[in-house]
Amino acid sequence: MENAKTESDPKFISIEGIARRYPAPGGGSTTIFEDLWLPVQRGEFVCIIGHSGCGKTSVLNILAGLEEPSDGVVVVDGQAISGPSLDRAVIFQGHALLPWKSVIGNVGYAVSSRWRKAGRAEVEERARRFIDLVGLKGNELKRPAELSGGMRQRVGIARALSIEPKILLMDEPFSALDALTRGTLQDEVRRICKSTGQTVVMITHDVDEAIYLADKIVLMTNGPEAMIAEVVENPLPMERARDSIHREENYYAVRNHLVDFLVSRSRTFKAEMPAGYDRRHPPVVRLGCPPEAAPAPANTIPFPAIASARD
Amino acid sequence: MKSLGVRAGLLSVLLFVAFCALWQVAVTPSASSGPALDPEYAKLMGIATQGAKSAMPGPLDVAGKLWDNLKRPFYDNGPNDKGLGLQLLYSIGRVFIGYGLAVLVAVPIGFLIGMSPLAYRALDPFIQVLKPISPLAWMPLALYTIKDSSLSAIFVIFICSVWPMLINTAFGVGAVRKEWLNVARTLEVGPWRRAFTVILPAAAPTILTGMRISIGIAWLVIVAAEMLVGGTGIGYFVWNEWNNLSIANVIVGILLIGVVGMALDLILARLQKRVTFPE
Repeated sequence: MENAKTESDPKFISIEGIARRYPAPGGGSTTIFEDLWLPVQRGEFVCIIGHSGCGKTSVLNILAGLEEPSDGVVVVDGQAISGPSLDRAVIFQGHALLPWKSVIGNVGYAVSSRWRKAGRAEVEERARRFIDLVGLKGNELKRPAELSGGMRQRVGIARALSIEPKILLMDEPFSALDALTRGTLQDEVRRICKSTGQTVVMITHDVDEAIYLADKIVLMTNGPEAMIAEVVENPLPMERARDSIHREENYYAVRNHLVDFLVSRSRTFKAEMPAGYDRRHPPVVRLGCPPEAAPAPANTIPFPAIASARD
Repeated sequence: MKSLGVRAGLLSVLLFVAFCALWQVAVTPSASSGPALDPEYAKLMGIATQGAKSAMPGPLDVAGKLWDNLKRPFYDNGPNDKGLGLQLLYSIGRVFIGYGLAVLVAVPIGFLIGMSPLAYRALDPFIQVLKPISPLAWMPLALYTIKDSSLSAIFVIFICSVWPMLINTAFGVGAVRKEWLNVARTLEVGPWRRAFTVILPAAAPTILTGMRISIGIAWLVIVAAEMLVGGTGIGYFVWNEWNNLSIANVIVGILLIGVVGMALDLILARLQKRVTFPE
């Protein structure tokens, strides 16, 4: 039923059979992943979760056009992508601000790249608007070195949003931040993306981050030869708040499901491949009516809190 | 307690005074040294016998000569008698032309070399061989081909300034962080705009380091080059005063070479500070 529903929707982003291979020492090649298929709808917030080495950053870089897939193609809005584009903004893990430019210089650089003919005043006005949006008003003239880690990442977000991309791509954008800052930034990103209907693909290794932000959570098995095990539809209501999310029905069901996957199934999935598994249509899981064995009973506190604690 | 700066300044002054005092004592003729000159020889040379004075000037003589020179820096009484300011201007002019040409050549070429790992590898052996050659070794070749001593001096400045700038520019451009380049790529920034808005500012501190090394070498080399080619310039001044046996003037020349070298370095240091960014 679920598959049928996804199929009928337009595939705004369609990852079609992409592969990533590296030449292995001593001839041959190592396959990080191959024959990967994934559709993403317009306005959807998708998180990709997996252990280090499963190639999730490669998937994002291919989506961004920064890397070429060894095989396969990515179609965005009906067009196969070839190289980077202003339609797809990237928020980098290490903020990647230009340290010799001020905050407004960094955002303005993106704005003037998007609208080449825009006047200086126009560029500045637009940059200011997005600096406001991420709550950095009053810091326009500071250099990145004068900002805290969280503020720098806010500038990175402002820069990415300022070019009004069709798709926002995020590579573990909050992993270098402390827990408190991470929380506020997640709130901001969720608020902004929901209010603008932004299509987002985000890489993370933080289960809670994925549950809070994502509409769909893509689970990748361990590399090499990683694959998409399943796509979990987030059962939580659209109106969710960070401080009460753990009281939502199904919260523990989905959380346990994700943690179970990262702890064991990401390793064993390939050996115990479910019957009828089709790489082109990775199974869509809606919790509450799980297709497989029931997850751990609700209301137990799962362990560990953050999957990335072990690799 | 006074600040460190004030104390350091006081100590500097004290050291300077002590040095001058020692110097003065060292050149003052002592009574015990006996008759310094054979009276016959002195008569022949037209020097007074009494108060045999060392040829080495004391600090006061040098200060006096310095004052004389500073009073009339730009007089010109023909080829062998020009004001010190004029001589310095000749030297600085040569350095600026040779060094300026080197900047114009080294920075763009270094940029291209830095962008292409292939070019970097291919040209590296040539640069490594050419770099350690003493610039004065080029002088005969320059004189033979250019047939003009003044231009040859400029060429020598050029050739000694070019290598540190070339190497540093290529290195700085090649070492631009990949994430900054990726930012430019995702923003679809064209190659020219990328070169000027991302690569150049990112490599600027390294390029300026090369420029600073070069200006130091150029100033060292111009003195020697001018001693060789003669005519004008501070190097020629020093050599000429040695021929005149005016040690006081030689010392004045040495002092000014140091001061101008320091000023050139300060200018480049200031520029370097301006393009350096904290991360």
